[in-house]
Amino acid sequence: MTAVPVTPIPATRRQQGHYGFAGVARMEWAKLRSVRSTGWLLGLTAAAVIGLAILVMSIGTSHWSHMPAAARASFDPANNSLTGLALGQLLMATLGALVITSEFSSGMIRSTFAAVPNRPLVLAAKAAVLGAVTLAAGEILAFAGFLAGQAAVASPAPHATLSQPGVLRAVLMGGGYLCLTALIGLGLGAIIRHTAGAIAAAVGVIFVLPLLTVPLPASLEPTVQKFLPEPIAANSLTAVKPVAHTLPPWAGLGLLCLYTVVLLAAGTAVLAKRDA
Amino acid sequence: MIEARDLIKRYGHTVAVDRLSFDVRPGTVTGFLGPNGSGKSTTMRMLIGLDRPDGGDARIGGRPYSGLGWPLREVGALLEAKSFQPGRSARAHLSALAASNGILRRRVEEVLAMVGLEQAAGQRARTFSFGMAQRLGIATALLGDPGVLLLDEPVNGLDPEGIRWLRMLLRSLAAEGRTVFVSSHLISEMALTADDLIVVGQGRLLAQTTVAELSARASSLEEAFLALTSGSVDYHGAHYHGAGYQGRGAGPRSADPAELRRLA
Repeated sequence: MTAVPVTPIPATRRQQGHYGFAGVARMEWAKLRSVRSTGWLLGLTAAAVIGLAILVMSIGTSHWSHMPAAARASFDPANNSLTGLALGQLLMATLGALVITSEFSSGMIRSTFAAVPNRPLVLAAKAAVLGAVTLAAGEILAFAGFLAGQAAVASPAPHATLSQPGVLRAVLMGGGYLCLTALIGLGLGAIIRHTAGAIAAAVGVIFVLPLLTVPLPASLEPTVQKFLPEPIAANSLTAVKPVAHTLPPWAGLGLLCLYTVVLLAAGTAVLAKRDA
Repeated sequence: MIEARDLIKRYGHTVAVDRLSFDVRPGTVTGFLGPNGSGKSTTMRMLIGLDRPDGGDARIGGRPYSGLGWPLREVGALLEAKSFQPGRSARAHLSALAASNGILRRRVEEVLAMVGLEQAAGQRARTFSFGMAQRLGIATALLGDPGVLLLDEPVNGLDPEGIRWLRMLLRSLAAEGRTVFVSSHLISEMALTADDLIVVGQGRLLAQTTVAELSARASSLEEAFLALTSGSVDYHGAHYHGAGYQGRGAGPRSADPAELRRLA
């Protein structure tokens, strides 16, 4: 090979400007929609939320005239039609965890951090994109589940309408809960870095923590329970008929947001500190 | 221009990189040589801020990597391990990264064509052979048309045609005035590709030299390299019949890098 005269261009050509949140968010949006797991998990969540709403409402109201009076009095058709959130929350947490754990397992995270060395900005963009997508999907699914569930009510059992007091709030907060569980999954994923570990932690927080309160003295159990995510979702956010020993809906939502922020902050700290 | 100053990286009690200082100048291909486990990959990761040094610092064009405005437009890096998600297509991978650094979509198609992946660009990367995966990594490094390239073992997995293509590419990028820093454990390939050499062993700088100068120390570049690193090899293979390395290596015997390049 003959020697080529060296063109005197600077080794590092100083470029105007700086990467910023908008560009990083565009990258995260492009990533989220270019893997199949996103569509699969959203589809499964839709099937769980809508399918369980129809199942629970049709079976739960089929023997209405034979049900005890107490059961009829406590029947909360809005709350019952959102039963599918119990499964949906786990699928959303998985989606949230995968947004970052799939990058660690594949090595993609090295490309991401090479493109955007500001790691807190990367996590903020991930949270913003994931939050927007899962909030939109969560609200659509909560309304779809509610409407499908009410349509499946067997008369003469009563069904709920959005104009009844507290019902619109229950549905909106149910949709918002799906978004929060996705962000909790993202926070756990940023801390734990492994898909299986992050999902196990999410299962632990959602399903195992409430079980751990069972051995507590009977007087203490409801006191502790009401601060846990899953009971908050079931008994505070989506309840129209008040349940004893629970937080008011807005307090429950505030506490869940606080948990989410704490996990994301911990994830940011771990991400910034540890080698990629 | 890459400047490493007293870089230190420890993993527990092991010192992977030990007060390593060197300069990589623009306009030439600089080879980064060292035995297995000598700290080459760790050094590369520290240069682009993936690993935090326990001491010292690294600068690119006078600034730390974290201070670059558009990192992909200033530094392109190919790391030894895969750095993309198998479920995503090559085009989607490059497009996502381009979006973060304000790189035009047109450039994605350009780099796909440069590395010969136009046909496979829509396939998920899971289906790629090792050589295709390596080409995607090279496309990623070239995405921002950067003035500085850091490539860790780029010839791994490439076929002979691919190796020659990469060699020509790196030399022409350097001829354009870019800084090209390439690690390899293949001495013969370095003899053909690089002008300058940085040789490390056990995380320490053994020599900052040129291919011509190092080759002149012994009967071949390989011999000179083995003599230089003999004191700092972590993993020895058994010698057959005490024959040493003579004649066993796949490397070229000629000491003259100019002649080697002519042969290539």
